Amino acid sequence: MKKSNKIFKVIVIFFLVFLYAPALLLPIFSFNNSKVISFPLSGFSTIWFEELLYENTLHNALFNSLLIAISSTILATILGTLVARASTRYIFYGKKISITFILVPLILPEIILGVCLLTVLIQLGLDLNLWSVVLGHTLLITPFSTLIMVSAFNNLDISLEEASLDLGMSSFQTFRIIILPMVSPGLISSLLIGFVISLDEFIIAFFLTGVEPTLPVYIWSQFRFPAKLPSTMALGTILLIVSLILVSLFEYFRRRMELYNYYSVGLDQK
Amino acid sequence: MNKKNIRNPEKIVDLISIEKSFDKIRAVNNVSLGIKEGEFFSLLGPSGCGKTTLLRIIAGFEKPENGDVFINGKNVNSVEPNNRPTNMVFQNYAIFPHLNVSENVGYGLRNTNLNKDEIAQKIEEALNLVGLEGYHKRASSALSGGQRQRVALARALILKPRVLLLDEPLSALDKNLREQMQFELRQLQKSVGITFVLVTHDQTEALTMSDRVGVMFNGKVDQVASPEEIYNKPQTKRVASFIGNMNFFETQYLEKNSKTISVCHKDLGNIKLLKSNIFGVDKSKLTIGIRPENFKINNKNGKKQSKSFNAKVVEKSFMGDTMLYGINLGENDHHTYRISISDIKNSPSPHIGEEISVFFQEDDIVAYFEE
Repeated sequence: MKKSNKIFKVIVIFFLVFLYAPALLLPIFSFNNSKVISFPLSGFSTIWFEELLYENTLHNALFNSLLIAISSTILATILGTLVARASTRYIFYGKKISITFILVPLILPEIILGVCLLTVLIQLGLDLNLWSVVLGHTLLITPFSTLIMVSAFNNLDISLEEASLDLGMSSFQTFRIIILPMVSPGLISSLLIGFVISLDEFIIAFFLTGVEPTLPVYIWSQFRFPAKLPSTMALGTILLIVSLILVSLFEYFRRRMELYNYYSVGLDQK
Repeated sequence: MNKKNIRNPEKIVDLISIEKSFDKIRAVNNVSLGIKEGEFFSLLGPSGCGKTTLLRIIAGFEKPENGDVFINGKNVNSVEPNNRPTNMVFQNYAIFPHLNVSENVGYGLRNTNLNKDEIAQKIEEALNLVGLEGYHKRASSALSGGQRQRVALARALILKPRVLLLDEPLSALDKNLREQMQFELRQLQKSVGITFVLVTHDQTEALTMSDRVGVMFNGKVDQVASPEEIYNKPQTKRVASFIGNMNFFETQYLEKNSKTISVCHKDLGNIKLLKSNIFGVDKSKLTIGIRPENFKINNKNGKKQSKSFNAKVVEKSFMGDTMLYGINLGENDHHTYRISISDIKNSPSPHIGEEISVFFQEDDIVAYFEE
């Protein structure tokens, strides 16, 4: 028993190192006082971060990425909320098959999705710009939003809505005072995860972006210039930290949602 | 207004030929039922009999396919739950988890024109009414089962509804608290004077709390009467077997008089039944029912009562206040009938295997015609 425990421990440690060591290289080299990415380290410096301040193309790419991430996340969350509401409260013909189709982008390779979208947009004669990327990212994020919101609405006891109506409130008031606050952890989770997915998505953005690059597309283009590598790593460090914060927040709100469910069901039925 | 929209004003709730199906299963089958102003009415029945559906039809959460619902004399078929003069206490209480006790209790007052002080006062009164003084700021997640129920009650009563609907409100509580709440609910109903409609599967609950009880099976209401009448004169065989215990005996029809019907049972002998105790459509076969407590055991050496029969004790169990016996009638009859003796001290105490003589009163017998 003890021996197998030890083996598991070794496996876990090995797994964690394998998973996170490459990511740890980012902060290490971004603070290194050298243009060459190699050991031994030559000294501490914040020069690469300062360099980021003067990269205008980077600023444009960041702005593009934020615009795309915010727009597609909000769009996908609205769509996911509507789908979730419909699937948890109403019975209609073709419900299962339509939900399945909404979730398909989860398993579809992004490169296929990118090629398909590109073909469709060109066939339709539409220009490639930021909004075509928003379209692609909305498609990509909607399944995640749907899954999160379905779980949020499933946790919402229908008798709470009925109680609100019974106490004289209109459907809209019930939505505002009861439903919205109770699914808000789900909404925030959906917004956070959607933002993270869109921000670091490369393939679809690469296909659909046209002449205005997003941040990942910009980073990819920087690899052609070895001199830019350290500042790209500094950028990566910032993105890593932002992503970590957002994912932690996501997890926090997801747990709060479960807690809500626990209380609304009641102490007697736990 | 036309005639269809105004009904008997004595009946606060009047249901006319209500029908409701779910996926082709008839949940409520042609039910007509009147509930009087100010009474404590219970809908009693096994799970799946349609009692909760009927309650939800009164509240407006379910729309009946056929029939009319009148509340306070008005047809409310097309009135939404938020505009009906009814409030409901849900089975799981449906306390809003993100609101505290005061916000939960005062929830229904948001749509009124009352100012802050008036609302605060009403919340205070409602909390006092259900015995939750000083719980205003308590988070709803920090409430026990019994407290949740009180909050749900206060929240529903604060709007002074004409009818309070209660969907199995006590089923989630433990036995002691349940008995205490039965008593408190009854007291509360008398003090506020609001009509209560309670749904329950617990016969003791229905019998002890209600002015009148409606017993439901398979979407139909079999009998509506006072608890005493339901117990002593159950109008159908299934009501008789659902409420308390009942021994059934199949008999042969002998003759009919103006007030009585005579029947014969192979072990009990000839029996004269009061016509007022006989229910159902006239058929050749009558099943008679005798409650366990309506049997008495003859003293061995004493004088035998007129209606006596012999039996053999096969089971005996001491229940505290009563002694329960299981008896067989003949050598070949292996059906066990039940006898319950409450006056344990002054009754014979036969042991298992002993032959005894049992007597009964003909007046206590109820009977049902059967195919």
